[in-house]
Amino acid sequence: MRPGDWATLLLCAALVAALAPIAFSGGAAEKAVVRRDGVVVAELPLTQARRIEVQGALGISVIEVQPGRARVAADPGPRQYCVRQGWLSQPNAVAICAPNHLSLTIAGRASSHDSLAY
Amino acid sequence: MTASPIELVPTADDRRIARYAAAAIALSVVEAAIPMPLPGVKPGLANIITLVVLVRYGWRDAVWVTLLRVVAGSLLIGQFLAPGFFLSLTGALASLVALGLAIHLPARWFGPVSQSLAAAFAHIAGQLIVARLWLVPHDGLLYLVPFFALAALLFGLANGLAAAKLLDSDNLTKAPLGHH
Repeated sequence: MRPGDWATLLLCAALVAALAPIAFSGGAAEKAVVRRDGVVVAELPLTQARRIEVQGALGISVIEVQPGRARVAADPGPRQYCVRQGWLSQPNAVAICAPNHLSLTIAGRASSHDSLAY
Repeated sequence: MTASPIELVPTADDRRIARYAAAAIALSVVEAAIPMPLPGVKPGLANIITLVVLVRYGWRDAVWVTLLRVVAGSLLIGQFLAPGFFLSLTGALASLVALGLAIHLPARWFGPVSQSLAAAFAHIAGQLIVARLWLVPHDGLLYLVPFFALAALLFGLANGLAAAKLLDSDNLTKAPLGHH
């Protein structure tokens, strides 16, 4: 190790330390996406609790967001499938309220693959 | 069989490059057998050879040895032209560019460790750019950046120290008898 090598090492360690918060930023890019007829009507970050009302074909659906998860809290559909699905927390999980033409999807994390083989 | 009218006579340069490339290929095959917690993270042991060649024979030879290692190594582990091959190739090209620049740092202060770290970070940067643009076109990939950077720091340091050790023993054998 020469003097400059220590400097390079420190510089690289500082770079790694500067990048480290990305790993812990958690749900920054994670969000719940609400669509009506396939068109995005709301994108809610999964970092803070919120309730929103979305107008669908039958009436108003209530979407509830808590840190890290989201659900359809109320829906005017007859069979309530999307409500009974409960909380969604996995990336790409989806609750579809077909009668009301709405869907709720969790989006934003890297795990868009079930598996990777090398 | 008739004798081929074309005869390739390998020069001393060719033989030397082939010898180092063989060592690098062996290391990259060995390393393919080591399980890693995160796909894409590898110690990059073959880079020790690249560093040694860089210091002993210069950048041109380092480029030859590295590219031969990437192509032949991927053929041996069955990755040729697979996504992993293009990631290796991009990483290798990026780190060769970094090495080409790092070799011009004053040798009094900057040794193989600096070169190794520069190469390691250039390697992950190149790979991440290709992966983001082509293989995983999604910003979720950026979550992995800190882990790749940490791996680059640790393995870049380890490989640099290994290369420095090998090059040190060079100097010992070259030194006059009884000097040490």
